[in-house]
Amino acid sequence: MRHFLLALFCCLSLHAVAGVDTAVLKQLASEESDDKIAAIQKLARSADPDAIKTLHDLAEGTLKDDKGEDITVNNRVRREIDAALAALRLFDADPVARLSAAKEVAANADASMAPVLAKALAKESDPKIKGLLAEAHALATLKDAKPEVRIAAAKALASSADPNIKAVLKAQSEEANEAESLVRRAAFQSYLEVKDRLTLAETVGKIFSGLSLGSILLLAALGLAITYGVMGVINMAHGELLMIGAYATFGMQTLFRNHLPDYLDWYLLAAVPVAFFAAAGVGVLLERTVIRWLYGRPLETLLATWGLSLMLIQAARVLFGAQNVEVANPSWMSGGLEILPSIVLPLNRIVIVGFSLFVLALVWALMNKTRLGMFVRAVTQNRPMAGCVGVPTTRIDTVAFALGAGIAGLGGVALSQIANVGPDMGQGYIVDSFMVVVLGGVGQLAGAVWAALGLGIVSKFLESWAGAVIAKIVVLVFIIVFIQKRPQGLFALKGRFVEN
Amino acid sequence: MSDSGHMLIPDEVDLSHNVILYLDQISVSFDGFKALNDLTLTIDAGELRCIIGPNGAGKTTMMDVITGKTRADKGKAFFGQTINLREMTEPEIAHAGIGRKFQKPTIFENLTVFENLELAMKMDKRARTSLFAWLDDAGRDKVLDVLRQIRLDGESERQAGLLSHGQKQWLEIGMLLMQDPKLLLLDEPVAGMTDDETARTGELFKSLAGKHSLVVVEHDMAFIEQLGGKVTVLHEGSVLAEGSLATVQNDQRVIEVYLGR
Amino acid sequence: MNRTPFIVRFLQATPKSGWISLAVFALLTLVIIPVLHLAVAEGSAFHVSSYVVTLVGKILCYAIVAVAMDLIWGYAGILSLGHGLFFALGGYAFGMYLMRQIGRDGSYKADLPDFMVFLDWKELPWYWTGSDSFIWAAVLVLVVPALVAFAFGFFAFRSRIKGVYFSIITQAMTFAAMLLFFRNETGFGGNNGFTDFKRILGHSITSPEMRVTLFGLSALMLMATLVLGRYIVTSKFGRVLAAIRDAESRVMFLGYNPLYYKLAIWTLSALLCGIAGALYVPQVGIINPGEMSTANSIEIAIWVAVGGRATLIGPVIGAAIVNLSKSFFTQAFPEYWLFFLGALFVVVTLWLPNGVVGLWQQMRQQMQQKRRAKA
Repeated sequence: MRHFLLALFCCLSLHAVAGVDTAVLKQLASEESDDKIAAIQKLARSADPDAIKTLHDLAEGTLKDDKGEDITVNNRVRREIDAALAALRLFDADPVARLSAAKEVAANADASMAPVLAKALAKESDPKIKGLLAEAHALATLKDAKPEVRIAAAKALASSADPNIKAVLKAQSEEANEAESLVRRAAFQSYLEVKDRLTLAETVGKIFSGLSLGSILLLAALGLAITYGVMGVINMAHGELLMIGAYATFGMQTLFRNHLPDYLDWYLLAAVPVAFFAAAGVGVLLERTVIRWLYGRPLETLLATWGLSLMLIQAARVLFGAQNVEVANPSWMSGGLEILPSIVLPLNRIVIVGFSLFVLALVWALMNKTRLGMFVRAVTQNRPMAGCVGVPTTRIDTVAFALGAGIAGLGGVALSQIANVGPDMGQGYIVDSFMVVVLGGVGQLAGAVWAALGLGIVSKFLESWAGAVIAKIVVLVFIIVFIQKRPQGLFALKGRFVEN
Repeated sequence: MSDSGHMLIPDEVDLSHNVILYLDQISVSFDGFKALNDLTLTIDAGELRCIIGPNGAGKTTMMDVITGKTRADKGKAFFGQTINLREMTEPEIAHAGIGRKFQKPTIFENLTVFENLELAMKMDKRARTSLFAWLDDAGRDKVLDVLRQIRLDGESERQAGLLSHGQKQWLEIGMLLMQDPKLLLLDEPVAGMTDDETARTGELFKSLAGKHSLVVVEHDMAFIEQLGGKVTVLHEGSVLAEGSLATVQNDQRVIEVYLGR
Repeated sequence: MNRTPFIVRFLQATPKSGWISLAVFALLTLVIIPVLHLAVAEGSAFHVSSYVVTLVGKILCYAIVAVAMDLIWGYAGILSLGHGLFFALGGYAFGMYLMRQIGRDGSYKADLPDFMVFLDWKELPWYWTGSDSFIWAAVLVLVVPALVAFAFGFFAFRSRIKGVYFSIITQAMTFAAMLLFFRNETGFGGNNGFTDFKRILGHSITSPEMRVTLFGLSALMLMATLVLGRYIVTSKFGRVLAAIRDAESRVMFLGYNPLYYKLAIWTLSALLCGIAGALYVPQVGIINPGEMSTANSIEIAIWVAVGGRATLIGPVIGAAIVNLSKSFFTQAFPEYWLFFLGALFVVVTLWLPNGVVGLWQQMRQQMQQKRRAKA
């Protein structure tokens, strides 16, 4: 109590030139680490701006005692100084500094910090910092001597979403650590609440990463669904069209870095059309030179496009080198969105989910609202009949292939933001995107969407209990079994034109 | 390994009521579109029946249901009195004695004409026995016989894919003859044939009736007239009218369906 | 009724030139090459080096796989992208035996294979039981790939999965298996697979005698595969397969159940691949999950396509052409190998639908026509 009054006094007093009460200074200069720590804690509780300077000086080893000699500190004391500095920053005028201080304090709040936390809490107006401080305060008072304080602390912690606090509460609810049964009960109650909240948060996190994976799969599979649906063409070089999109992004990044460094952050926007047209252009080239001549021979098309993919991979190696190239997130895409203390959704993934929705909407509109889309759908459903009623089927084939390739290019832009960009990158997606198309049903946009998102989410949930490799195997086996049951996929076209 | 598809030694079809095919209230729908709607139809043993109807009336779907290619949503389909077609696979149905000719001639283009007929021959069709099966003289005679009947005896070693459209139609009919089924389903058998070929096909069919039962789907009214059997008109998946060609041609509803309202 | 035994008929149904080439091939691979390798001194111009023996032995194994692939693809029209899996399974099945034959000569001088010691395993997993027996290994080689193929094929064919769907599903199966074998915990050496083999049946695996034995066995197996293939494609079974390829629904309406025909040829094809894999592994001295990659399985198809589908000699020629080119390119112009291979896929599918054999037949026909025109 005496210390506290002293601290208050310090706080209110007009400061001496030295800035620090001489008694405290004397204590700091003591030979005993324990004395030093007591003094530091005193300073911490003072919430005095000058105390910060003193502690800094102490940490740097430039603080001098009344005799003008340097005060030395050891590691133990240094740790104490850091904690004290964090506590002091809780009173900083800048909310950003207060927030970071609050986070630091919350991570290792102990009983000695309780008073200063209470004070900071009373002064704080920012709700976010306030929440953190309340949590830290509760954590600090959880070992208080008075059971009623402990109960209040345990109850206050119920609103937390921190895995550490879950562990602390769990420990507090055990007889070995807590004698008072009322406290144990309150702690256990809070533990359950925190646990539920964490489970929920974890589930949300998994669903989000599933959506994120699903949206990547969707971007990879959407183009394939179009080319496969329209032409019955298995394009094994589809993955390489993704690669072209990714390298186009890399190219734009290089271009901006060298010529428009001020606008570097916006290279990604420029990459979107460039990647689309680069991939679409290659797509048209492939269609005109090879694929067109193999219509009606799907197995041969599969082999020929595989050959094309080998050549594209090697071309990428020759042009850009066999090593992965580095594509950086623009600054507006780095960082994350914190929805709960334990869940941070990376911004780049959020942008990609949004981007794939955008592409999906675009494709949907193109297929359903335009004349071109009508033609494409007509050719998908009945090629000879579409030809008979004047749909230019060969031109539609080229356009559809270009469109599918272009969408793959867009997928490449997205991929470049989260995955390695290298000559082999497309190979990793080819099996997955086929699985999406097969699962969704041929020529079915809706099928592809559900299949992609479903596969993404299921994979992420499987991953959490079986690991990534097993999850992948399970998903593949599931699809193989599923196709046995429903050979036409989730969304099947029915009728007499389906077979053969 | 169960070879159920082939083990079925073709039981004698029970023709005690003189009915070879019995369809009762068969319905099939594709995504809400009713291809067959409570279709009820009986074919007598030895009968030659013609089925007509506008496009989309359900003629091909009916054949798909009888041969097991499409599963009916409801209704009964019996071959004779005892054989439930709804529970059988395509090969089982073929074995029981139903042969089918497709609308588009479906033959084995990369095999010779002779081989096409040989494969169609009524015999043990299990995979395991096929490894050791060699054509005997009786079989060879049978093939040569059918070759003459379908007037392809000069083309025996030719690749079937190189035949003319009419010849392919004949080859497929010849394969049906080799199969020696009790009931033949023929989907537009004379499409793409010359008048002369059509007339000869008509004669062939008439000679088959009695020993076999035939169901012929056709658009060619002259051909149907030549066949001279009973005619059934299908419309929107069910029977609209039935009787002699003259009767159905004068039926007011049939005229409406064909000429529009 | 004429009751000539079918074997006699079979012998009659195969042209004399076929039997003569087979005899020449037998003489070359079973007598000439072994003698030139073993008996002729290394410095001599007639000596066949161990590099050549191993390379040709490897290609013989590939040729068996190619013929197996042709039986299912060329004759039955089913393109498998899973033959790399059956090949690898055969290789792994025999590789287990080879790993056990290392005994205590591994780097850890332990009873268990090195990779298990590395994983700190104390005993063999249950599925390694009996792996020290040659007979058991041979049984596994014959049974495992065939069983996997049978189970997979039964369900796939029963569901009437065909065309590219079937190809994609086989690709997925192979991909899943590859991921499984990449895991260390699966118990097949993970990434590195099996290697550093020492002996077979107690004899050193690197001795020239063993090399020639394996080489001869591969040649014998290839010949057996060709004879078996010839028998199958000239039988009624083979004609039904061709019929399924042309018009499966017609086959069904004739009363054949395509399921059993497809399943039989599919399983046989996998079995042959498994044997080829088992012969391949001791010759090259390594098996790892990379053998199951998509690229490997598709490459098998291109061997067949280059040589000529639906012929038996075609796949053998194709396997030889592609793999000799591979050896040449990867040494001389490694940069261009993928361009060459990729172009091969495109060129063959676009312009050489019947492969080299088809080209040869076409040229011969044209020559004959010219000659006839002159006469």
